[in-house]
Amino acid sequence: MTAMPESYHPPIGLASDLRLDTALQLLEQSGHRLPDAHTVDHAVWLQSLVDGLCELSSRDALTGLANRRQFELALAREIDRVARAGEPALLLMIDIDHFKLVNDQHGHPAGDQVLKAVAQTLGECIRPMDILARFGGEEFAMILPNCPTTFGQTVAERVRLKIKAQRIAGAAGQQLSVTVSIGGAFAPQWVRSSAPLWIERADQQLYRAKADGRNCVHLEQPPISFVSAEEKGLLFGASPFQDLE
Amino acid sequence: MNSPLLPVALKARARIAAITSGKGGVGKTFVAANLACALAKRGERVLVLDADLGLANLDVVLNIFPKVTLHDVFTGKVELDEAILPAPGGFSVLLAGSGLVEYSRLTPEVRERLFDVIDQVAPRFDRILLDTGAGISDVVLYTVSLADQVIVVATPEPTSMTDAYATIKVLAVQQQRRTIRLIVNQATRLGEGRAIRSQLQQVVDRFVSPTLPADEANMKIDLLGEVRSDNAVRDAVRRRQLLMETLPGSEAAKGILAIADRLRG
Repeated sequence: MTAMPESYHPPIGLASDLRLDTALQLLEQSGHRLPDAHTVDHAVWLQSLVDGLCELSSRDALTGLANRRQFELALAREIDRVARAGEPALLLMIDIDHFKLVNDQHGHPAGDQVLKAVAQTLGECIRPMDILARFGGEEFAMILPNCPTTFGQTVAERVRLKIKAQRIAGAAGQQLSVTVSIGGAFAPQWVRSSAPLWIERADQQLYRAKADGRNCVHLEQPPISFVSAEEKGLLFGASPFQDLE
Repeated sequence: MNSPLLPVALKARARIAAITSGKGGVGKTFVAANLACALAKRGERVLVLDADLGLANLDVVLNIFPKVTLHDVFTGKVELDEAILPAPGGFSVLLAGSGLVEYSRLTPEVRERLFDVIDQVAPRFDRILLDTGAGISDVVLYTVSLADQVIVVATPEPTSMTDAYATIKVLAVQQQRRTIRLIVNQATRLGEGRAIRSQLQQVVDRFVSPTLPADEANMKIDLLGEVRSDNAVRDAVRRRQLLMETLPGSEAAKGILAIADRLRG
């Protein structure tokens, strides 16, 4: 075992049969700081170690975004919230168009650069409460809690245009640019649904965006179960607007 | 084994109707059970599938509490045949059993299993009634999507009418349904069903049809009939008996028989 900086040494007197070497190496490599072992309680130090590992296991190594595991947790939480509070929430699936060509023409390091740059730009598009994750490969996912249905298209378009305008410096000094296709679906309000179904619905829209020539946005049209005062008025034969005519 | 060369149209298959309502407590299950009984009286082989997976109560209405339910079919504990049971009114039932909490969410598994079950029973009956849960949850919407026809049950209460309308609207937009069949339950006076149908149709014409693609036919609400509010109904429900069996001469039972005949065309 190579020598570790002081801060990655376990506190003296901590049960010596704990195998912490690999964990500490991972944390060191990721730059996660642990409190000084001499000044804090064993429990505090261990908690910080666990926190560091949790953080590490929820991030994507390349882009630093939430990984799939973290994303699915967040999605399940959001479904529960939507079921209780009825706030609209939007899920966007964002896929880089023709990413294979980037890899084939410019090499995998350039591909990695593109993934990182897209991740960063997507990060600039979101609000603090939103969740952005690398879903897998060149596909990203964005959860937008409390996103009014009428804003969905605008939000997604903004993301698409921002990526389109971005110039990415490749590993060999070349300028790269990519586009994305975006599919989105709102969680059904007041309804306890499931995460796989929500993902599937957004994915279906992504598929449509791809089939539609890429570099575009497709959102599932939410079912409109809202009944307005005007509709109720007509339904019960006493429109509040009748008096005005 | 089905021959792959046999055209689909030649394979006799049950007509599948979903019975839904938006609002709960409007007598959806009562209507489903008695309508099944009425159709059976007309000689049809009828299956009622309790698709209210979370809070099923067809068993309570029919007063049968079997050990084998849809749950056991889903989990592979029993064969589908063992879960199809004879009900008092001369039809068959497939009961969900109450408290299938794990199925109150529409997961891909629930979806697949429900689809498989319906697919397997369809060739063996003339008609299948899907008794859905209340509300317009995605389980309900999915169940409805498996049906050829949608029957909305509403009562003259404003809350029921509003929810029935909301359901119709969602089904028009999301499932491209263009005909919804209506049953007005607990009608307090003769002709109330017709009045409610035309109220609903009026609002649909004004607010729903204009939002649909122009080249498609407009939404039509078709009144199957009305079931009069009747003390006989309350008694039958309380005694957990089928109205069609115990009091076939009551106003309500006659209404249901007329509905069955209209459904048969």
